[in-house]
Amino acid sequence: MSKKRPVNLDLTTIQLPLPALTSILHRVTGVMLFVGLIFFFYVFDLSLANEAGFNTVKSLLTQHFGAKFIAWGLLTALSFHLLAGVKHLIMDFGYAETLKSANLAAKVVLSSCVILSILVGVWLW
Amino acid sequence: MVTSITSFGRSGLYDWLVQRITALVLGCYTVFLVVFFLSNPGLNFQDWTSLHAQLPVRIFSLMALFSLGAHCWIGLWSVSTDYIKPFGYRFLFQVVVGAAMFIYIVWGIQLLWGF
Repeated sequence: MSKKRPVNLDLTTIQLPLPALTSILHRVTGVMLFVGLIFFFYVFDLSLANEAGFNTVKSLLTQHFGAKFIAWGLLTALSFHLLAGVKHLIMDFGYAETLKSANLAAKVVLSSCVILSILVGVWLW
Repeated sequence: MVTSITSFGRSGLYDWLVQRITALVLGCYTVFLVVFFLSNPGLNFQDWTSLHAQLPVRIFSLMALFSLGAHCWIGLWSVSTDYIKPFGYRFLFQVVVGAAMFIYIVWGIQLLWGF
């Protein structure tokens, strides 16, 4: 292959179509959730350890802004990752693969995630 | 043909399937926990521990824990092979992810059976 072909890898000049945006966000949220595992495990461990631990978790998630914000962020990431995963499985079966339907599926995932994110926020605050 | 020795099941097709099966387990477990939290608003310590003391729930949690280990490994392995090109850094990243998932699995077993 000729090396003189023009290459544009300047991300700031590339407009991502919606399915590409959901794809990269699927990865980004996956990495976020991996980093966030420490919080999930810490909370899970503390809540089961003893009654005092359970109450600590409860007060953290009802009163501490930082803890609530981390929980909101991780649950939003989880919502997106789960929805995008369901879309991925549906596409594995050969659906939503045309330009129009793929765009629609991406819109459904993105808007459902915004709704879930708001609901998580309402639930936490 | 196997071209990478660090993938999960030594073949891309096997990893592809494992990633989807573990995703289903993790999705079901997430929905299960969300439904439990929503149907138990003023949750207390007794309700929470009695849920996790039941054998079926423990089996489900353990299944989700093992699925999490495999799912994270395959996902982050894919990410590392796409974005981290120098062999040393990529290998170091994979070692950190592998060690982290091993620690989480042991921690998970301990917290599920230790209370």
